[in-house]
Amino acid sequence: MKLDVNGQVHEVEADATTPLLYVLRDDLKLNAAKFGCGLGQCGACVVMVDGEAIYSCITPISVLENRKIKTLEGLGTAGKPGPMQRAFIDAQAAQCGYCIPGMMMRAQALLEKNPGATEADIRGALQPHLCRCGTHSRILHAVARAGELMRGKS
Amino acid sequence: MNRVLRSVCGCTHRTSCTGHSNIRFHLTLSRLVGLALFLVGCASHESVPQVEPPKTFPREQVLKGQELAYVGNCMGCHTEEGGKPYAGGTPLRTPFGTIHGTNITPDPETGIGQWSLAAFTRAMREGVDRGGHNLFPAFPYDHFTKTTDEDIAALYAFIMTREPVSKKNVANTVPLPRATAGWWKSKYLEPGVYKPDPAQSGEWNRGAYLVEGLGHCGACHTPRDRLGAEKKDAQFAGAEIEGWHAPALDSTSPSPIPWTVDALQAYLKHGVADQHAQSAGPMAEVAHDLSHVNDADVRAMAVYVVSLDKRSADQRKQAGDAALARARAAVAQKGNAVYDGACADCHNLGRAQEGGALELPLGTALTVPTPKNLAYIIRDGILPRDGERSGWMPAFEGALTDAQLTELLTYLRALSGQPAWNDVAGEVKKTSKGQR
Repeated sequence: MKLDVNGQVHEVEADATTPLLYVLRDDLKLNAAKFGCGLGQCGACVVMVDGEAIYSCITPISVLENRKIKTLEGLGTAGKPGPMQRAFIDAQAAQCGYCIPGMMMRAQALLEKNPGATEADIRGALQPHLCRCGTHSRILHAVARAGELMRGKS
Repeated sequence: MNRVLRSVCGCTHRTSCTGHSNIRFHLTLSRLVGLALFLVGCASHESVPQVEPPKTFPREQVLKGQELAYVGNCMGCHTEEGGKPYAGGTPLRTPFGTIHGTNITPDPETGIGQWSLAAFTRAMREGVDRGGHNLFPAFPYDHFTKTTDEDIAALYAFIMTREPVSKKNVANTVPLPRATAGWWKSKYLEPGVYKPDPAQSGEWNRGAYLVEGLGHCGACHTPRDRLGAEKKDAQFAGAEIEGWHAPALDSTSPSPIPWTVDALQAYLKHGVADQHAQSAGPMAEVAHDLSHVNDADVRAMAVYVVSLDKRSADQRKQAGDAALARARAAVAQKGNAVYDGACADCHNLGRAQEGGALELPLGTALTVPTPKNLAYIIRDGILPRDGERSGWMPAFEGALTDAQLTELLTYLRALSGQPAWNDVAGEVKKTSKGQR
């Protein structure tokens, strides 16, 4: 079947029940989304589908035909980071970094819908995400900063 | 978050009854009938003098009142999301208009800080506020009237020792004069404390007292007539409430495996029963509250509710065995890519396993008359309250389109062995974020 990932259509050969995460990592070599719990409980695997944050570890590819998938790789590159990535780098919000791609995609989905999200909105949106390094306050700063960058503030 | 249809009405006016008379210009009933009702309803209640309630109460009494407040789920209506405890504000959408839970903190100006125990008792028993105004029956005094003096006094002690919060009540939008509530009461309210049934055990009677009284379970689980009164001939037959279906608790209970006292006690106290359900929607709040209530009282409630199902022990066992066999056979079949990819990893494990979830064909949400409960659960997941432990199901909103959700619901309904739901696509649409 065909999957549209970051604007590029890929022909994928996999069983319809295969979780999107496995296809992203194993077949498409897009390794930003992480396997954490495999049960939709930690948030490390979150990517965007049609603008909404979803758990890629529990979403079978059967439901994704003709839909737009966006992963962290779609937000920018190391040489040319997007606003979300720029903000996370500036705030040095990652420690081990394992949870961060999922957090960034959830935050991206939030800010695309609501660029003026308040801290309460951000905290609420990131509630399903686990981080055990403890960089929570930097993550909150980074997302707030990304909102500013997206609104065109320098 | 949706709230259920049970609350005190928006009235804690301290003006005298005559000060309310301009309300008759808003009548939607004919003015004449309205005026007559107004006079009948209004003339019968005196205002109770303002008092400064005691500042302290015996510790034991306050703790008992706290437990009873949890039985009554008082916060469900009297605490808005993110708001201060008991300061009101929760909107309740009823067929008659939106009513907001009132501030029942002891603040003298905006709360009930000038209410004596006599005024509080009258509100609970007769649905009349301190100033003498009738309260709309969204405040379930038709149940609370069964509560003993001792328990009302304990609730009063608990409420009067809460932090006073200055917060004005939000006006309700019911276009009827309060006197109509007086007429409603003359037709439906049977005031009086619960009378034990001598043919039943003490535990059963304790359960009946809590379920029929403060617990006001029927407020959601009993269908209402067009005047908003619970139908006496359909007690606990299941009802629609704020978009959710509160399942039948009587012999028509849709639970594939009939409830036992042990299972229901676990569900009420912990919000989860292995072969039935994980509490969700309005019931999640009820289970949260009952987790603060002592085991003996929760068990008594379970004893009473299970007794509402009049099927014989044999019938119940047969029904349960058949349901279990059918469920095990159903999940053994593969056949739906969404179910197999998104649901089966947890739901086919069985509870005993780590990460195991409810065996879906046994789930109550699959068996109720509408797919809406299940649609809400799949869209929103089942998330713990802030800072608390509970079961967790991830939200699938965004992952599934409405068409895919419709297909999954149709498949799950078939898995439960029940006849297909009507208009699943239409019902799914009603549960989408923009439509609620």
